[in-house]
Amino acid sequence: MLDAYVPLLAMVGIAVFIAVFVLSVSRILGPQKATVRKLAPYESGMEPIGDAMARFPIKFNLVAMLFILFDVEVIFFFPYALVYRQLGIPGLIEMGSFVLVLLVGLTYVWKKGALTWD
Amino acid sequence: MTWLDILILLVRCLVLALASATLFAYFTLFERRLLAKFQHRIGPNRAGYIPLPGGKKLFGGWLQPAADAVKLFLKEDVVPAMADKWVYIMAPGFAVVPALIIWVAIPLGTWPDGMGGNWLHYAPIDVGVLYLLAVTSIGVYGIAIAGWASNNKYSMIGGVRASAQVISYELALGFAILAVVMQNSTFRTEEIVTSQGLIWNIIPQFLGFIIFLIASTAEVVRSPFDLVEAEQELVGGYNTEYGSMKFALFFMSEYIKLIAMNAIAVTLFLGGGNFPGIDTLVAAIKTSNGDTIAYAVQGALTLGAFLLKTTALSFLSVWVRASVPRVRYDQLMHLGWKVLLPLGLFNVVMTAVFGVLFPADSLIAKIIMCVVGVIVVVIVSATATPKHAKRGVTLVNPSAGN
Repeated sequence: MLDAYVPLLAMVGIAVFIAVFVLSVSRILGPQKATVRKLAPYESGMEPIGDAMARFPIKFNLVAMLFILFDVEVIFFFPYALVYRQLGIPGLIEMGSFVLVLLVGLTYVWKKGALTWD
Repeated sequence: MTWLDILILLVRCLVLALASATLFAYFTLFERRLLAKFQHRIGPNRAGYIPLPGGKKLFGGWLQPAADAVKLFLKEDVVPAMADKWVYIMAPGFAVVPALIIWVAIPLGTWPDGMGGNWLHYAPIDVGVLYLLAVTSIGVYGIAIAGWASNNKYSMIGGVRASAQVISYELALGFAILAVVMQNSTFRTEEIVTSQGLIWNIIPQFLGFIIFLIASTAEVVRSPFDLVEAEQELVGGYNTEYGSMKFALFFMSEYIKLIAMNAIAVTLFLGGGNFPGIDTLVAAIKTSNGDTIAYAVQGALTLGAFLLKTTALSFLSVWVRASVPRVRYDQLMHLGWKVLLPLGLFNVVMTAVFGVLFPADSLIAKIIMCVVGVIVVVIVSATATPKHAKRGVTLVNPSAGN
């Protein structure tokens, strides 16, 4: 059944081709008159102060960590989603206890204030 | 596979890519005209009109996207001095490739090729839903890379904001899609379309549909969740340093992803290209005119229905953009983590319970789920606001003076 993936591969090729084509055509057609002012990073008309690849708030990192935790748990649901009708009540109870564990985790994170953005 | 097959496949893929690019171009015109109507303006109405006798002008504005494209092609292609040059140049490509390849896994209609295939469904892969979920979320790499490589503070903040926002709403999006997978017990997008029958998934999965609409809007960083490019605070956000066609590629990826999200919503919740009566119509044509014509008519009708539904949802997107003010970042995180994530989990549990207790095509279960979904949506939308955003709280104390 890998045949179904061939169009996908072809589409990736076409998409990459389009991206490269568009980028190079605008490079060729547009004028090239670089000046020092034009090439400076935009900072509301000021001389740029320092480098932008600097530190940013740790809160974004926290969101990323929480995402990893919960997304892995979402992935565990996907196999269950295909067979839950065959598993019936016992499967429902097992998955319910898994959801409970998930909810405990969510409540803990919530009460700790990790989900509050301020 | 012969060389001819590969050539046909490449041409088909090129057609699909160009079709989605055209769709993007005319969606921008659609949006600009509609936004103008919402705001009592006229909108672009000059490019390419047909003059009629008596001074009237017909179809004004239909060449506007082409004019914009030509202008952007002829603009100077600047690479800022402090940017990470190659990453900066590649970032628009990273953004646009995922947007274009989403379409292969969406059944755009039903046009049987007579050999068990479907001309309008490019890649009928058996993990179609997972593929859609993966590709829609991978698009954020382009934005994050662009923000980092520009070496501009506004771009950097925009890129970091985009990453946090997209991963936050991906959980809710995943749960909404998961419930649809449970409802139809398949990962194949075309089977999800056919197994919906006449009662589309929007009825049993009403709650899931609402979650999907909100989460997908946030996932493609579209207004009112467009904090990534909040122009009042971040100038242009991640694309501040981008000009020429590089900017246009970001624009294109954003809009194609928006249309694709609407197309996914149509596939998962609104019955894809199916509409009541299509089967009897096709069967009637098949007996009178033969298979080939019947298949072609079926393809045209289902593609038309699919595009009509997608356009209706796209109209909703424009309407939301015209009506709803941008949310604050804390409200964004509140909605994603404290409202949509628990709601999505609730929806999955509800689907599981009803799916186990009732047979797969039970009408009663679907109606009960719809009613529960409507009630939950009403209650939550009435009560779930962040605590410090209640009425009566003013940010500026008027008695404090200057």
